[in-house]
Amino acid sequence: MMDPITLLTVVVLAVFIGFEVVSKVTSKLHTPLMSGANAIHGIILVGAIIVAGQADDPWLLTVALIAVVLATANLVGGFVVTDRMLEMFGSRKPARRGAGSGEDGT
Amino acid sequence: MSILGPGWTSLFYLVAAVCFILALKGLSSPRTARRGNAIGAAGALVAVVTVFLSAKLENVPLILAAIAVGSAVAVPVARRVQMTQMPQLVALFNGVGGGAAALVAVLELGHSADPWVRLAVVFTMLVGAVSFAGSAVTVGKLQELISTRPLLFPGMPVVMGAVVLGAVAAGALVIVTGAAGWAVALLILGLAAGLLLVLPVGGADVPIVISLLNAFTGLAVAASGIVLGNVLLLVAGTLVGASGTILTKVMASAMGRGVTGIMFGAFRGGSTAGSTVQSDRPVRSSSPEDVAVQLGYAQRVVIVPGYGLAVAQGQHTIAELAIALAARGVEVVFAIHPVAGRMPGHMNVLLAEANVPYEALKELEEANPEFPNTDIALIVGANDVVNPAAKSTPGAPIYGMPILEVAQADQVVFLKRSMRPGFAGIENELLFDPKTTLLFGDAKESLTRVLGAVKAL
Repeated sequence: MMDPITLLTVVVLAVFIGFEVVSKVTSKLHTPLMSGANAIHGIILVGAIIVAGQADDPWLLTVALIAVVLATANLVGGFVVTDRMLEMFGSRKPARRGAGSGEDGT
Repeated sequence: MSILGPGWTSLFYLVAAVCFILALKGLSSPRTARRGNAIGAAGALVAVVTVFLSAKLENVPLILAAIAVGSAVAVPVARRVQMTQMPQLVALFNGVGGGAAALVAVLELGHSADPWVRLAVVFTMLVGAVSFAGSAVTVGKLQELISTRPLLFPGMPVVMGAVVLGAVAAGALVIVTGAAGWAVALLILGLAAGLLLVLPVGGADVPIVISLLNAFTGLAVAASGIVLGNVLLLVAGTLVGASGTILTKVMASAMGRGVTGIMFGAFRGGSTAGSTVQSDRPVRSSSPEDVAVQLGYAQRVVIVPGYGLAVAQGQHTIAELAIALAARGVEVVFAIHPVAGRMPGHMNVLLAEANVPYEALKELEEANPEFPNTDIALIVGANDVVNPAAKSTPGAPIYGMPILEVAQADQVVFLKRSMRPGFAGIENELLFDPKTTLLFGDAKESLTRVLGAVKAL
């Protein structure tokens, strides 16, 4: 267990980074944002792997493996689905009507 | 295996955390977004490899098999899902993430003696379970497996209160005794709380609930980081919690409502009533040819897309229609309501798929002042986001939500499947307005016929 003040420092800084980064996200990308953030919390997979690796009785192991399956679905599925959405944004040709590049979304 | 020492482990976790921050940062522009997402996925891979190389793990083959199963289920679904079903899928992935966090916390209870760590265990279990059950209800509502209308039963607030009190009591007992029995009780109460929290939420507010539950899962994962003493989980979960909170607030304000009003509005009663009685008052229905003439000889047309467009997969046809009209010298823009569809930014994703240029997409604030100079507002599969009841009918579920003020255009044309009210379940007075015409039918079919008629003009 780490020093509580260190943990608190990490949390407070992460909150500020989260607020800062997300407030710059264009509203056009709110769906991929939700889906991308969703993929990131799939990192609970790391926790699920740790508990599964320490499980010493079949019941605990079964529950832990269920957690691994669920977390993997969240993590892998989340990144794949976000990529699919963003692929459509990225494949955007420069404006068909009107001049200029339609790429920066501003 | 313990190939990596604690120093290297922390270093690689830091790399993964930075990757996640870059993934979110990439979303500030569509150009960098996809690369950002790839960086995030790479960070996740680094983290998973690191945990295998650093911790003393038993059962490694079984764990690898479980990862293979999870991937084998999720990847094909994520690849094949249709754009219209994206919100369900995001809600589903969110729910399973919350469920995983709750299970991890239950299993760690036996290793946690410190009361503060047990508090984190209780928090993770409760919030994870709420997120799991809440997401399940959300998926059901979006798939229309259960009613999209607020579901309430007499005495619901009392039951909710009892569940919350019970959860607090069970949580306290878990912290004091560390007994697995109380932990199971806590999980069950958490699931019940999740159900009771989301069932009363009306269909129109579901996008906000998805975002809120996403933030919940993030917080559960952050707390699990404290339980396991894992800084990466703490940082990643906190990031998601913070970003989900902001997104939820942004969306709630786009609907002109507070988050608490959305979550607990139904409990206060009255406000979610809405009339579902279909009126048989006369409306003016029109033919594709007439609509084509209206559009083809207009100077300025504003297209308001909604969920109906997504359901009908009509995005490519509407993009073609916009091009055909532009070729005739008609100025065409799309007015995008922030909560049109079933997710924030849903319409942007859809129109991006059809290669509609960004400069043709106008946000609510940009679009509204231009409606008085607009000849025709063409509403395709949208209803609630243009419903004047949001301004005129206090007590309507959507009252107070900013709407696209299409009534200020010279003429209004609705492409609708039927007279059925929108997701929020309220009738739209605008349909009966003398300046409104309706073209009934599937959005894509109607658009295809209008497109053909415009080309023939």
